Amino acid sequence: MKALLQKLTETASPSGFEDKIRDLIRSEISAVTSSVKVDTLGNLIVTIGEKTVKGMRVMVAAHMDEIGLMVSHVEKNGLVRFTNIGAIFPRYLSGNRAIFLNGVTGCINNDRPDDLTKIQSIEKYFIDIGATSDKDCPVKIGDVAAIERGFVDLGKRVVSKSLDNRSSCAVLIETIQNIKNTPHELVFVFSAQEEVGVRGAQTAAYDIDADLGLAIDVTPTGDILGVKMQVSLGNGPAIKVRDQGMISDPRVVRWIEETARKNKIPYQMEVLEVGSTDARIMQVSKAGMFTGAVSIPCRYVHSPSEMVDMDDLNNTVKLLSALLSNPILLK
Amino acid sequence: MTLQPPKHFRIGKTQLTLLEELTNANGVSGNEKEVRELVRKQVAPHADEINVDAMGNMLVIKHAKKNNPLKLMMAAHMDEVGLMIVDEDSDGLYSFVVVGGIDERQLLSKTVNVGDDKIPGIIGSKPIHLAESDELHSIIPVQSMRIDIGPANKSKVKVGDYAAFATKFMHSGDSLFAKALDDRLGVAALIEILKIVPDHIEFLAAFTVQEEIGLRGARVAAYGFNPDLAIVIDSTPAFDLPRPDENENTQYNCRLDAGPAIYLSDAGTLSDPRLIRFLEKIAKENKIPYQFRQPGGGGTDAGAIHKTRSGIPSVSVSVPGRYAHTPIMLARVKDWENTIILLQKALETISPATLSAERA
Amino acid sequence: MTEFVPFLLSLLSKPGLSGNEEPISALIAEKWRPLVDELSTSRLGSLHGLRRADAKDKRPSLMIATHMDAIGLMVKKIEHGLLLITHVGGIDPRILPGQLVTVHGKREIPGIVQLVPNRLLDDKFVGKSAEFKNLFIDTGLKESELLKQVQVGDLVSFAQTPFEMSGGYVAGHSLDNRASVTALTVCLEEIKNYNLNWNLIAVATVQEELTMAGAITSAFDLRPDLAITVDVTFAKGPGANDYRSFPLGKGPSIGLGANIHPALVKKFTTMADELDMPYSIETMPLSSGTDSMAIQISAEGIPNEVISVPIRYMHTSVEMVAMTDILRTGRLLARFITELNTESLNFLHEEKNS
Repeated sequence: MKALLQKLTETASPSGFEDKIRDLIRSEISAVTSSVKVDTLGNLIVTIGEKTVKGMRVMVAAHMDEIGLMVSHVEKNGLVRFTNIGAIFPRYLSGNRAIFLNGVTGCINNDRPDDLTKIQSIEKYFIDIGATSDKDCPVKIGDVAAIERGFVDLGKRVVSKSLDNRSSCAVLIETIQNIKNTPHELVFVFSAQEEVGVRGAQTAAYDIDADLGLAIDVTPTGDILGVKMQVSLGNGPAIKVRDQGMISDPRVVRWIEETARKNKIPYQMEVLEVGSTDARIMQVSKAGMFTGAVSIPCRYVHSPSEMVDMDDLNNTVKLLSALLSNPILLK
Repeated sequence: MTLQPPKHFRIGKTQLTLLEELTNANGVSGNEKEVRELVRKQVAPHADEINVDAMGNMLVIKHAKKNNPLKLMMAAHMDEVGLMIVDEDSDGLYSFVVVGGIDERQLLSKTVNVGDDKIPGIIGSKPIHLAESDELHSIIPVQSMRIDIGPANKSKVKVGDYAAFATKFMHSGDSLFAKALDDRLGVAALIEILKIVPDHIEFLAAFTVQEEIGLRGARVAAYGFNPDLAIVIDSTPAFDLPRPDENENTQYNCRLDAGPAIYLSDAGTLSDPRLIRFLEKIAKENKIPYQFRQPGGGGTDAGAIHKTRSGIPSVSVSVPGRYAHTPIMLARVKDWENTIILLQKALETISPATLSAERA
Repeated sequence: MTEFVPFLLSLLSKPGLSGNEEPISALIAEKWRPLVDELSTSRLGSLHGLRRADAKDKRPSLMIATHMDAIGLMVKKIEHGLLLITHVGGIDPRILPGQLVTVHGKREIPGIVQLVPNRLLDDKFVGKSAEFKNLFIDTGLKESELLKQVQVGDLVSFAQTPFEMSGGYVAGHSLDNRASVTALTVCLEEIKNYNLNWNLIAVATVQEELTMAGAITSAFDLRPDLAITVDVTFAKGPGANDYRSFPLGKGPSIGLGANIHPALVKKFTTMADELDMPYSIETMPLSSGTDSMAIQISAEGIPNEVISVPIRYMHTSVEMVAMTDILRTGRLLARFITELNTESLNFLHEEKNS
């Protein structure tokens, strides 16, 4: 799992430009299934099994995009101005490095503020790729970059950029490999453009028209000072009761809870006051679907160094495998 | 001897007259009737089908003349930012709220037309003589402004009536001055494009409503049309002015005289890269000036369209214009003309092959 | 006039917070069952009550949507035997100190919302207004017992008992939007003995207070030709006196604005005039703030109107309504339905096309 996670996180693929990560995931699952398609917005859709009398059509989504940067202007002196793709927090930017999809690398810094204690808005930041003027600058308006940060193995826990949401991608890939039998038609969606507003999941959900939907994503944790939230790193997958964008179907919550208990998989309940996931748009697709979400606890979300606990990832694979291999009883 | 048509389309008197009519008409979001009827008159001779849907979008179809056509939707919004009367004081004075994004600093000492009968009104302000000196530096909030239609006209306006700026269209040199150039420039362009559509295209023109208050019309229009792809024509602000601190302006959004602005990314859409590349290629091949709008905030109808049904590849092209969402906008004839030319040329060569590769 | 008071009071006695509407849905279903031909529940839990047109040929359909979910609170963390909370729907935290609530754990547990006492706070926080981060619920249970009964994600509802005030007023929590559910029920009663030209689907939607998920999905599924949303609006009273508020007991408000089809404004005002019914025009310049926002943009678009019942003190535990406004709203809806005929869709087109 760690090796897979490293490959996934070290692939630069911000929202709307998911081709590299899509190709990687496609190759990882090619041994298991050939029922793979790519849709208009760039979602990778993998179907396993057929819907039996006891089964449902289940959509399981994990977004594969990451937050990133897009060039808005190259200054006469060669400094590259950019805008955000998804929720980039300016406080994490200066001193970091950006890697463009064409391979160009640069360092990020910002205009000198009047007040050094204030965090500036994103227009005040730039990427210096070593150009001496706009004439010799190898990037242009519209070019896309991701944050450049390598994967670090700390043993039980690992650190990297884009663990949001490549950790869920790794979990989904292993789950796909894990599931031997299912009464369901399982439609796994490695969704595009989640970070810019759950856009990929919206069109995929419409097309798939599932009975039940699960989103797999990361959730911030409450185990650092100042955050009043119950979820802790290492305490198991978090079953989402609600977040800012939706309330999980209580029947789905109970089903996940019971499955975890029955299979002795540690779990925790999640009430998140900020942010949301693909599940919010899946719930309201067409005539609606029974919707829930399982979250992987993750510290420092949307920073260049996010942290997850490998036990949580492995337990999420176990939980998903148990959920998706058996008939679903909602009550 | 046959007359050779001009190599490229040119803006002439017909187009300018139409733009004048369109910008002088009122179409505040939610009340686009007047603009819609002007559009209807223009498209009728060129359309195979004209429908007005539940929200007031005008959906115009021009059928392809070949089998297996490309279903192409082109959208321009008819609505504009404006005001709505919400309460009545005495003596012909009315309170109002802003519909769509208008900076309240733009409102004082302007004239407006209220209601279907276009009753003239004034947004007045306190005489400077009566203002305390510190007061001169504070912004007057909309809540304390009133529209004055004159004590004698009291019964001619009612709560719920819409009001629009009373600006009249002007043409000076290569510049156009009018209210609501956002997006009557797009509406007029779409009317022009509809006149000559290549045979291989099933052309689905959506003159949309309520763009300024949440892209509402485009969403249902796209659902109804269910096209293979969509191109949105809008107008985007040109902030191509010098910065007071003399530093380089890195936030210009787009520039006048630089041609149609192709969208890369805005708050609502990451334009389909295949369509961006295609438009860029068309512009280069035909030597049409073009620019990329700076990626960032803002948005167009594409934000709603591309997420419709199973996803619709979409891109937006805007005519640059200064001072959007104010009483008077400023745009260039040449930019408008080049926008129309770019899209006409794009229609000639666009085909299913344009989208045959995977996205990005 | 008082015959609907017990029903309303029973609605106000149930929780049914957004996303968890089963308790209230069951109660409404029981009341509607004899009034409709078919009762069903959407995947998300919205209740659909169908009254079929009395005609052999295919008839258009009208959807009347009233949301049945209520605002409330949710446990977000359990700390030192106290419950930390977040809100479900928009709640002003300043109404919460001293509020009696019910915690829906494994069983129903009473609790009190309170503030951290001043003397335990750093000076800069002393005497500051209540915010969710300094509010908690004390259930009086020992921590060990509390942890057995309550977990993160459990719901908390207002425990305020509803009551009737003399002169035909009712007060309680969740009048938003149970007042409208009652109005729709009044309407169903009124038309009980009428033949209908259109199919009518009375819908009690879920999750309006959060995402309008119920309206989004039901409108898409039912695809009505017309829709009416019934919700509450601000009654004039303390803190509500400008153009956005309407006199209590002086009839429903008829919405006008971008979410509303102009022909329906004309239709409803004309009908109200014919009935000699008092009403207000409610301007909604941008958005109605109701389920109609979702219904209007569903699929290819659905023309709709918003009719609102004025209530005081919206989104508190002591909202207040005049029964006459509920009855008038119900009668106005009934009149609209019984006036629909097979040509009724034409008037929409005339308006938009003229």
